[in-house]
Amino acid sequence: MTTYLVRDTAVLLKRSLRHILRSPDTIITTAITPIAMLLLFVYVFGGAIETGGGRYVNYLLPGILLITIASGVAYTAYRLFTDVSGGIVERFQSMPIARSALLWGHVLTSVVANLISVALVVLVAVAMGFRSGAGALAWLAVLGILVLFTLALTWLAVIPGLTANSADGVSAFSYPLIFLPFISSAFVPTSGMPGPVRWFAQHQPVTSIVNTIRNLYAERPVGDDGWIATAWCLALLLVAYVLAMNTYHRKMA
Amino acid sequence: MTTTAAIKIAGLTKSFGDHAVLAGLDLTVPAGTILALLGSNGAGKTTAVKILSTLVKADGGTATVNGYDVATQPAKVRESISLTGQFAAVDEILTGGENLVLIGQLRHLRNPAGIADDLLARFELTDAASRRVGTYSGGMRRRLDIAMSLIGDPPVLFLDEPTTGLDPQSRHEVWKTVQELAGQGTTVLLTTQHLDEAEQLADRIAILHQGRIIADGSLAELKRLLPPTKIEYVEKQPTLEDVFLAIIGHAGLDKAAAQR
Repeated sequence: MTTYLVRDTAVLLKRSLRHILRSPDTIITTAITPIAMLLLFVYVFGGAIETGGGRYVNYLLPGILLITIASGVAYTAYRLFTDVSGGIVERFQSMPIARSALLWGHVLTSVVANLISVALVVLVAVAMGFRSGAGALAWLAVLGILVLFTLALTWLAVIPGLTANSADGVSAFSYPLIFLPFISSAFVPTSGMPGPVRWFAQHQPVTSIVNTIRNLYAERPVGDDGWIATAWCLALLLVAYVLAMNTYHRKMA
Repeated sequence: MTTTAAIKIAGLTKSFGDHAVLAGLDLTVPAGTILALLGSNGAGKTTAVKILSTLVKADGGTATVNGYDVATQPAKVRESISLTGQFAAVDEILTGGENLVLIGQLRHLRNPAGIADDLLARFELTDAASRRVGTYSGGMRRRLDIAMSLIGDPPVLFLDEPTTGLDPQSRHEVWKTVQELAGQGTTVLLTTQHLDEAEQLADRIAILHQGRIIADGSLAELKRLLPPTKIEYVEKQPTLEDVFLAIIGHAGLDKAAAQR
């Protein structure tokens, strides 16, 4: 069966990429809220936020990119939910295709769709004055950490996609994920936060990921944040993958 | 080959919580025949079909499909079957043609596009081939659904309430298709709660009640279970279905209806 995993995944990836191509609104709506936040924070609040020099849009962008991904994976949960409730999953499961190909098809589609949304947000940021002198290697590292983050959140999104009872409930899981960057170094430095909040902000994954990306394109040394961010993403990915696969095998016999 | 059993079920049990859905199901379906599994809502028809198509695991008992055990050789079973569920399992965003090609690719067949074209023609969907399935009528959707199930010519076909929600015309079209399939040697297990459907289509009828088969045989055999025929003279009125089909001028498919 494993010989077919790649082939079946490719077929199912093509299928859900077609879905996206035919409803590009999912990519645009994914990008619109983060772009609105970008505008709001740079042009309204930004003047009052002290980040220690440099353009605020440069400071803000990493957090906005994470918010983009956190809201984008909700569509993966939704598409999976539609497949499960529409009965097409049962058809696939009764056919001789690799068991996990359906999930991999959705997960890889999520990576493609989110990267397009992220690219849209970056373009708007550039138009707003975002600049970076970072080289290809640093950008590759940024891409790597964003893909890792997307994979982790997407596998997390698979769980409600498989278990939700309604289309409304399926995307609710993403709200706390979208909110997480607010209690991190994404919008303002953590040093101004009161004790317990600051402790949480400094020890949750978003801060290390945001700092890593920020330092990468500011051509500053990444320091420990790089390892901490990678470790967070890999650990989250592993836990989400195991939970999602368990849910899948439990639900689909 | 005609004497071998395509489906063999012995003592199959399945409970959901405290509720026993299947309480020792025994059933044999000879290859190349149509068996109608008859029962009211909640009798366990869908659960039985899901176990046979490897979607649900049984609690006890055994079931083999095309000679393969559903519990220990699920991959072999999946190569032997096709499932048409209670609701048309089609991709609404893809076109009809793309749906068929998708299944052909997932069954690892050569020339999926050619197979798709043949099926589109056979199910009178060629004109709608490049339209999104979301725009299809219920009958077209069901036809596409069944066409998708035929890709790869699986020897055993499960049809779970295939005519639920269809208008009389589409119902007759589905019946015609099923009869043609059985004529070509495909084994069909269909579930239904419409008695006339079972009467029209099935070589054998099994009645599922409270998780067990309480009667099993040909229509003639089942009729013998009742007291001998009484002869009564009744004025023959056309049914509303006869009238409906006559008015909309659908002459080709009313053979089945006219017999009643």
